[in-house]
Amino acid sequence: MSVLLVLPIALPLLAAAVAIIAYNQRTVQRIIAVGALIAVVIDAAFLLVAVERDGVQSIQVGAWAAPIGITLVVDMFSALMLIISMVTVLSVLIYAIGQPGVDQDQPVFHPVYLVMTAGVALSFTTGDLFNLFVAYEITLAASYVLITLGGRREQIRSGMTYIIINLLASTLFVVGIAWVYAATGTVNMADLAVKIAQLPAGTQTALSMFLLVVFGIKAAIFPLFFWLPDSYPTARMPVTAVFAGLLTKVGVYSIIRTQTLLFPQHVPSTILLVCAGLTMVIGVLGAIAQNDMKRILSFHIVSQIGYMILGLGLFSVAGVAGTVFFIFHQIPVKTALFLATGLVEESTGSTALSKVGGMIRRTPLVAGLFLLAALSLAGIPPFSGFVGKLGIIQAGFSAGEYAIVGVSLLVSLLTLFSMIKIWNGVFLGTAEDPTLRLAASTGETRLSTPVLMRGATVALVGVTLAVALFAGPIFDLSERAAQSLLDPSDYIEKVLG
Amino acid sequence: MSVLSALIVAVLFAVGVYLLLQRTLSRIILGLALMGHSANLLLMVVGGRAGKAPIIGAFGPNDTVADPLPQALALTAIVISFGIIAFLLALAYRSWVLTENDEVEDDLEDARIAQLGEAEMRRWWRRSE
Repeated sequence: MSVLLVLPIALPLLAAAVAIIAYNQRTVQRIIAVGALIAVVIDAAFLLVAVERDGVQSIQVGAWAAPIGITLVVDMFSALMLIISMVTVLSVLIYAIGQPGVDQDQPVFHPVYLVMTAGVALSFTTGDLFNLFVAYEITLAASYVLITLGGRREQIRSGMTYIIINLLASTLFVVGIAWVYAATGTVNMADLAVKIAQLPAGTQTALSMFLLVVFGIKAAIFPLFFWLPDSYPTARMPVTAVFAGLLTKVGVYSIIRTQTLLFPQHVPSTILLVCAGLTMVIGVLGAIAQNDMKRILSFHIVSQIGYMILGLGLFSVAGVAGTVFFIFHQIPVKTALFLATGLVEESTGSTALSKVGGMIRRTPLVAGLFLLAALSLAGIPPFSGFVGKLGIIQAGFSAGEYAIVGVSLLVSLLTLFSMIKIWNGVFLGTAEDPTLRLAASTGETRLSTPVLMRGATVALVGVTLAVALFAGPIFDLSERAAQSLLDPSDYIEKVLG
Repeated sequence: MSVLSALIVAVLFAVGVYLLLQRTLSRIILGLALMGHSANLLLMVVGGRAGKAPIIGAFGPNDTVADPLPQALALTAIVISFGIIAFLLALAYRSWVLTENDEVEDDLEDARIAQLGEAEMRRWWRRSE
């Protein structure tokens, strides 16, 4: 069974190696990439079943016993994150293959994309703090290439911001690891959970806050989010979509993992709640001020991160369960919104609200896809966003944090407002751009997009609907994930043996 | 020895932060490189006292042995930061080819606010004439 833990990392890396050998054979590259990711999705499904049946799964890489060697470990939280992110990565890959000009003239696209997948999988499965740093670097190094792929001027400008801020965060991460090692003499997370509990309270708080800042930069929480809306929108759409869906959530995952496992006595609940509130409000206000689909949605990434931090800040089983479900819903929904935006851009050449208009008559399918994902993002029942927000808000009420619950409801309303703004600007109304109107007047009323792009978007929106449909069982799993996060004795026992 | 190392860590980090806050790309990259060195040196400092190489047969039962783990961590971190700094330098070159300038450009929001400010100024002048 333990081979299941290694495959999500080994398979994409191996496939990347083969894909780089097949440098100029795009068909070979495509088959290898899609094949590897399908295998990883199946593997993640088996892993979820194994965790559901037998509890935490772990493997000591190279058979070195726990605190010395590197541990890979998957609990319910990791398993849920792994499967939803791999499904999302696969849909975006198919979308990217369908979109003209993404992988055709870029022989490095497939290898780099696969390496990024391996990095994401490793950050969800590793049980070692330094290995988490390595996982981050694998993901980030690949993302640096993806965000600047093509090398246009604005891409270089914003890619540079992205790289510099992430390199700074990585440097701080190394400093944090050095301090943790100085205090405890280990970097294995299960071992750390035991040893950090014996440290003086001040040391624990210092380490906890430092790691919160490091992961806060990656997750784009309130005072540390400025880089995100500036850098994401300039990349090619599949790249923006996969970044929006996954990369910030890897940061949130790390915050949840380190705070619950390493510092359960010193979770800075008040700070987390305040940051959550400000992240939500500032993100959504930023979105309202924008007039381009891509930039509006980028600010919403920030805003939605607030909900995830809110659930963690409550630090109860109900709150963390809400957060786990919310991340599980957010990964496909956010990505699907960007993919739908990509369809608009592909057929009209623009995503500015002032230029595009009347899309509902010209591509009703795209309008429908966007509407479903947008309603889910805003948290309208019966969509998946409603279930996630309901879980977090109920937990907030039972914890007596009425102020933050009020803020989150207000932000939900503003989210709906800015989705309506996109809907009115892009899908209703008339196009103001003369070239676009010309296309409509010459009888070309229907705009078309490549079938693979549409198919991948439909599939991902289907996934978000499935999350809503099976909200009950998935919420049960999230609850179990939350229980094992707040009581990590099984995790520690399975790793240390 | 450890005080000296700690001092070097602090100075490197301070110089790195100073360079990072400059407007010129090449200085920012140098700043990041210095901060990386500082972090790696910190890893060595936390490893504790120097000692014999931790190789079986190279030390006796009474020798102090150096802690090998921070060295392994530092080596990994050095390789990673080396690769990424190289990539950043390539990007900086690309940026210089495209803009013929080493300055970091204003971002979209800054440019938009500057434009709004200029428009406001022009309106104000027209009204005062």
